[in-house]
Amino acid sequence: MTENLNVYAVRTLTQKEYFSPGHRACQGCAEALAVRMVGKALGRNVIVASATGCMEVVSSPIPFTAWRVPWLHVAFENAAAVASGIESALKVLMRKGRIPSKKIVTIAMAGDGGTADIGLQALSGALERGHNFTYICTDNEAYMNTGIQRSSATPFGASTTTSPAGKVKMGQITWKKNMPAIAAAHNIPYVATACPSYPIDLIQKVKKAANIEGPAYIHILSVCPTGWRSAPELSIKLGRLSVETGVFPLYEVENGKYHLSMDFPQLKPIKEYIKLQGRFRHLTDSMIEEIEKRVHKEYEELKEKAKKGV
Amino acid sequence: MGKRIGMEVSIAAAEAVKQCNVDVISAYPITPQTHVVEHLSELVANGEMDAEFFCVESEHSALSVCVGSEATGARSFTCTSSQGLALMSEITYIASALRLPIVMIIANRALSGPISIWNDHSDVMSIRDCGWIQFFAENGQDVYDQVFCAYRLAEDKEVLLPVIINMDGFTLSHVIEPIELIDQEKIDQFLPAYKPVLSLHPDRPVTMGGIALPGIFTETKKAQEVAIQSSMPKILETWKAFGDMTGRYYNPVETYKTEDAETVFVIMGSYGETASVAVDMMREEGRSVGLIKLRLWRPFPFEEFKKATLDVKQLVVIDRAVSVGARGPVASEVKAALYGEDQRPSVYNFVAGLGGRDVAPQDFIKMVDKAEIEIEEGNKEGYEIYGVRE
Amino acid sequence: MTKPESEWTWKELPPGTTILEPGNACQYRTGDWKTLKPVLNKELCIHCGLCYIFCPDMSYALNPEGYFIVDLFYCKGCGICAKECPTGAITMVLEKEEEK
Repeated sequence: MTENLNVYAVRTLTQKEYFSPGHRACQGCAEALAVRMVGKALGRNVIVASATGCMEVVSSPIPFTAWRVPWLHVAFENAAAVASGIESALKVLMRKGRIPSKKIVTIAMAGDGGTADIGLQALSGALERGHNFTYICTDNEAYMNTGIQRSSATPFGASTTTSPAGKVKMGQITWKKNMPAIAAAHNIPYVATACPSYPIDLIQKVKKAANIEGPAYIHILSVCPTGWRSAPELSIKLGRLSVETGVFPLYEVENGKYHLSMDFPQLKPIKEYIKLQGRFRHLTDSMIEEIEKRVHKEYEELKEKAKKGV
Repeated sequence: MGKRIGMEVSIAAAEAVKQCNVDVISAYPITPQTHVVEHLSELVANGEMDAEFFCVESEHSALSVCVGSEATGARSFTCTSSQGLALMSEITYIASALRLPIVMIIANRALSGPISIWNDHSDVMSIRDCGWIQFFAENGQDVYDQVFCAYRLAEDKEVLLPVIINMDGFTLSHVIEPIELIDQEKIDQFLPAYKPVLSLHPDRPVTMGGIALPGIFTETKKAQEVAIQSSMPKILETWKAFGDMTGRYYNPVETYKTEDAETVFVIMGSYGETASVAVDMMREEGRSVGLIKLRLWRPFPFEEFKKATLDVKQLVVIDRAVSVGARGPVASEVKAALYGEDQRPSVYNFVAGLGGRDVAPQDFIKMVDKAEIEIEEGNKEGYEIYGVRE
Repeated sequence: MTKPESEWTWKELPPGTTILEPGNACQYRTGDWKTLKPVLNKELCIHCGLCYIFCPDMSYALNPEGYFIVDLFYCKGCGICAKECPTGAITMVLEKEEEK
């Protein structure tokens, strides 16, 4: 209980909800919570283009919608392309005087599958073209909506339904694809990682992204109790642990310069994070050691990059 | 009367898009559509056209961009062929279900494999069921004219369906034809600015593209079907208004010398002109031949087609694609259209001009010869790929 | 009140099956999904608002007294609020059948 006393001026946030209750997400879904917080960060002057995925399905079962802002879903791999179209339309319609000029933020929202796998092409194109939009990847580390199949964002060793831990193979054999680095490699003005366990940080980053000119990319780790086989009440704690163990560091890349959002004098042992998730329960001690070594290595590399940025 | 000048049909098409004051153009190059998007990019670069023109990273994104921009209320355009159409085919179904009035020109080209850059109709035949209104243009003037008709029809509040204009690749897209350009003031009256019924805007938040459970999916498809069927009077109205403006009247089914004709061709696209030369040649020899040009492919013009084929003894249907494992797609639909009639012509199906193979008037004459002999011998449902070297 | 999807006729559907009423999902009772429900001990509450901000179902709202109170119509009983409450003011208890 006492671990969560940092962070919080929660009551200063807007009471308005732009994502309504009554959506069909699982109990304890941190992805729905992330979407809720994004809504609070952006307010009503947005247009959202969503990819197929958990958030799309749970929020829009015809004739019900949880969206209180304009929202369009087209297909799985094209959230960034649809957002490009929306952004261009707003630009030209305001220029031609067909709609009043005012700030309307264009958002593309997709899961890890719709971003790092099937959606990578459209994302890369939209970032390269420099559209003025914010791309939000809500990463629950697998194709959760279709039944917990692995994606390239699934962490090493995780057991999913298409990378199960069996007698011969021990779960996901590749390391998680570094999507923020790929986004940053496009030389866009703003890249950030965030987690709903740190709500003020997430909301501030989304607001920053919406206010810069040009493309922004935000990668939000979304704990999924159903897919990670963790207790639903632990979704916030797990998100916090992912940051505190260095598995999912919170940082920003502004015009190529890295800043850590928070640093710890010492990273917590990874076992604390892993032991709460059923998808890792088959891991041997040596595998956990291997994972921890790599996590620490990457964390140090990140800190080096951040040092240079100061 | 506007100016009449010789111009490449792709350029004329791009000029028509400019005259429509299109807002967003997304482009991905594929032969033989390239000249259309190249010219559009020049028009925007020179400030002759105020639009958001950008090159996307695939055809799938090209149409996705148009869906996003059209949903936001901007008049949108894209153009593709063959493999590009196949890649974006997933989105074509979604665009029509979302009732977005996008206009797309397809420079018809054969679908791989093997890969071919030349003209046939296999690309558009692969999306017969996508729910778009589909026109086939016969010549350059037709392509130019249909762009205006397409936007006016698509954006009509009672239609709200996307429209495809089929333009034969190379055979039309890359030839220079005499085009009579229409004065801009006339276009501005014929085609006012797009006023969407529903669009994405914070002042009225709507949700587009939700998931349909089994309890409602059937109703959504019924609504979509009724929409395309009810578009027929609007199609006729649009073409009438266009004719009143320019003197060029278009019809879903056009007939050429079919009065008292016993054998009639059924053709879509630019072959119509070649076939009409053949019809003239055969008529001079006293043969009772005519031509039906199917200009409207979707919604299929059942009534007009049945009227045009009354009293015809045999139809020679020219398909420019094969439904591999079945027969020619147009012939199949023609037969289906006529199935319920008491008097039915026999239908002889030739597949010709695949992958850009040339078909000359002499070939059309040979086809009629062959069909007549076969039907005489009792083969009333012939099917063959014309001109194959055995 | 929005009818469930199995009661709509095709004529009633807006073009493109667009949903015209923003946020009408709030008519859907997700509250009957839960097995456990949160119970607040007001004595221990420090009004920090963590239960409110961490609820994925937007089930908490500020009441005039300044307490965040759960709306059992939506609460799915995930237990995040109880877990995150810094003073342990919230406990999850089994929801009795007759309460549903």
